[in-house]
Amino acid sequence: MSTDTSALPVLTPQDFASDQDVRWCPGCGDYSILAQMKKILPATGIPREKMVFVSGIGCSSRFPYYMNTYGIHSIHGRAPAIATGLKASRPDLTVWVITGDGDGLSIGGNHLIHAIRRNLDVNIVLFNNRIYGLTKGQYSPTSPVGKVTKSTPSGAIDNPLYPLSIAIGCEGTFVARSIDTNIKHLAATLRRASEHRGTAFIEVYQNCHVFNDGAFKYATDRTTKADCVVELEHGKPLIFGANRDKGIRLNGMEPEVVELGKGITEDDLLFHDEKAAEPSLAYLLSRMRQPDFPEPIGVYRAVDRPKYDEMLNDQIVEAREKKGDGQLETLFHSGDTWSVE
Amino acid sequence: MATTTETEKRIVELEEATVRFCGDSGDGMQLAGTQLTNTSAMFGNDVATFPDYPAEIRAPRGTKAGVSGFQIHFAARDIFTPGDRVDALVAMNPAALVTNLSDLVRGGILIANANAFDKKGLQQAGYEANPLEDDSLESYQLFNVEMTKLTRAAVKGTGLSTKESDRCRNFFAMGLIYWLYDRPLDPTLRYIEEKFGKRPAIAEANRNALVAGYNYGDTTEAFISQYQIPKAKLAAGTYRNVTGNQALAWGLIAASKLSNIEIFFGSYPITPASDILHEITKHKNFGVRTFQAEDEIAAITSTIGAAFGGAMAVTCSSGPGIALKGEALGLAVILELPMIIINVQRGGPSTGLPTKTEQSDLFQAFYGRNGECPLPVIAASCPADCFDVAQEAWRIATKFMTPVMILSDGYIANGAEPWKIPEIDDLKPISVEYAKSPKNGEPFLPYSRDENLARPWAIPGTPGLAHRIGGLEKDALTGNVSYDADNHQYMCELRAKKIAKIAEDVPAQSVDGPTSGKLLILSWGGTYGACSTAASQVRHQGGDVAHTHLRYLYPLPENLGKLLGQYDTVLIPELNLGQLRTVIRSEYLVDAIGLNKLKGKPFVVAEIVEKIEELLA
Repeated sequence: MSTDTSALPVLTPQDFASDQDVRWCPGCGDYSILAQMKKILPATGIPREKMVFVSGIGCSSRFPYYMNTYGIHSIHGRAPAIATGLKASRPDLTVWVITGDGDGLSIGGNHLIHAIRRNLDVNIVLFNNRIYGLTKGQYSPTSPVGKVTKSTPSGAIDNPLYPLSIAIGCEGTFVARSIDTNIKHLAATLRRASEHRGTAFIEVYQNCHVFNDGAFKYATDRTTKADCVVELEHGKPLIFGANRDKGIRLNGMEPEVVELGKGITEDDLLFHDEKAAEPSLAYLLSRMRQPDFPEPIGVYRAVDRPKYDEMLNDQIVEAREKKGDGQLETLFHSGDTWSVE
Repeated sequence: MATTTETEKRIVELEEATVRFCGDSGDGMQLAGTQLTNTSAMFGNDVATFPDYPAEIRAPRGTKAGVSGFQIHFAARDIFTPGDRVDALVAMNPAALVTNLSDLVRGGILIANANAFDKKGLQQAGYEANPLEDDSLESYQLFNVEMTKLTRAAVKGTGLSTKESDRCRNFFAMGLIYWLYDRPLDPTLRYIEEKFGKRPAIAEANRNALVAGYNYGDTTEAFISQYQIPKAKLAAGTYRNVTGNQALAWGLIAASKLSNIEIFFGSYPITPASDILHEITKHKNFGVRTFQAEDEIAAITSTIGAAFGGAMAVTCSSGPGIALKGEALGLAVILELPMIIINVQRGGPSTGLPTKTEQSDLFQAFYGRNGECPLPVIAASCPADCFDVAQEAWRIATKFMTPVMILSDGYIANGAEPWKIPEIDDLKPISVEYAKSPKNGEPFLPYSRDENLARPWAIPGTPGLAHRIGGLEKDALTGNVSYDADNHQYMCELRAKKIAKIAEDVPAQSVDGPTSGKLLILSWGGTYGACSTAASQVRHQGGDVAHTHLRYLYPLPENLGKLLGQYDTVLIPELNLGQLRTVIRSEYLVDAIGLNKLKGKPFVVAEIVEKIEELLA
């Protein structure tokens, strides 16, 4: 174990590196996410010992071992529930949950949706590589229909889940997407998440170059990404394309891709409002998928709602104000008692 | 109570009595039983109870499946069971009569609501003729009481509808039993005021029904005898009634106070454990944080998270829920974090008999996890014992840094008995210390050990102790992931040794009766009352039988093997097919004999006496 140096006033990314060798496959997208995480944490001003990284099982879930903070590498799918118990009883801590598409949406789907709907004040980063990596290449709940893998030699027949649609369906208060290789955007998104009070849910497109290489090539390749990705900015119209000449317009309840010019101006486009109280528009954005639409990255939704851990602890404070700090003597003698001489 | 009445009544003094209320699950029988329990306890009797109700909230009215019963045994001496046979049975309808009559003693008192014995009611119970009108019940003291009619008349004028009036029948039945056993009405009148005070019409109707039932007994010539059960000679002190689930919740709160660590209680509703959650969540002013999780797995994993954060973390469930928690229990064991897991056992396998009692999760507690995964298991013996067991579980959990499983069962959980309120100063403090920041920048070793082989409890927020733990095998000192072959063997043996060491830390097993001889009864859990009563009965008749009851099941007390060797025969009565017996045989090579019952009901004393006599013959 390396020695903690928490007393130092200013931390650097290196301070967040543990003494463990990182063992992801060389070239894995996880490295980039780890690097960006270490980069943004010093600026939060939160002491390392107040941070806990919690994960489940899978490649992404090795993450806590590489962070010089407190951490739990738990069991498959359960990280959000572990984080709930921790954050509910220790609201002073900053808790990050690291999960993947299999861990978070298959075996752990139940915990993920309940953590989000409760608005527990934790940050959940879901590494989506659309494959089971650690078990060596079976299809995952986010794999597209037709995906041929070791367990689906004739092609996957399950309709995939879309993490952001689920998070928004649970009325998540902070929902965002980024991409492993888009490091500036990733760092900015992680930073935004760390500032949010309530559940921050971030999907990161992450390339597994061993078992599912190029799953997000459309979104990362220099030649295609401008046409396949649209970056969301609060209060700005949805414009994309190498020449920024395409946009998204709402036609009734349906989005459509339009070309700017020819009588269509920016004012005709859909303007992004991450603070909209209604999650419907954010949900609509989460349904924009390739090849029909560019896929939005950035913050879909960032709204305020009471936090589970805060309300739980408020109830404790209220109970103490109302009834006084609990005393065993009072408890035992409450209700009917009788004396035997 | 005044006994001077127009008709002269005979007063009969008894040492004890067993009464059972039975009726439809909507008839309020559990309430009637609870009220008689509290009243009798406050009057000064020792009491023991057995609520028995169906899994359905409202089975079809009048059917046998919907019959709910509550049995209470009250006595002028110490008692440990709710009574083998019933002295007085109150049957609110034919279905209740047909399903409960076999437990009534010959010559016993049978009070039937005659109005419910109509054509439809009789048909639903499978009666061809009305048993109240033929001679089939002649071996009992039958009282046909038109309870529906009398209750309606008693509550007339309170403005209640007929349907609402009929809901007061349980109070009429209570009143009649209160008269029959000379019980004071005050506690129940107080209860009515507290419970229904805000709805004056209902309060008045229930009061009227209670008093009407009492007066009915007093004035009707049919009731010739009134019974009195004098106060029991209990140890001096202040008493109250507790159920097992309540006592468990209070024991946890006490342990929290005694260790100065606040409770996190993560659980998912399940019969018969939910009442622990209901009880403990009332006491938020003790810093109790409760979390109703989305499922059993979240209940235990949130508990693990809270334990990592330094809370007194507790989860509770019943067998099916414990099965779901299995993988996470393995994580708790390898993380070596202190926490409490409560299993209020019920009939299994699978959903089994949710509202009935059983002891068939002992193997699950011992072995229900993958890998070499030992954790301490302790069991409560009666409702009041739950209070002590909860504190003992937390003491062991923190001293040895391990999850501890408490076994209770449906019988203990719902049963009630008087509990002598302890002096707060007599409760033993539980000393717990979190690891402190290292001096001089020494490296922190999260899997270093103290003399109990316990590792430090290093909680987030402590500078210098940041560490990562997980479900992968860990290095014996640093806790870092280790796939080293020798390290794995070492760690498996170490975890086993640590739990085994707990045996050195618990009291030696003691025996009631002769310390050697022909026969020893070995019991655990909720069978305590029936086994101890049976053994002492046989001893009083000169039989050579001893009894010992286990609280510590894993590890077993150090002297148990030697103790078992002092007897020719060991009998192990269990509400399963012989789970402790299998353990005892494999552990000590003792050819123990089993007495096994799986009927969703506790042992009656007579069943155990019969087996003892057979073995002594």
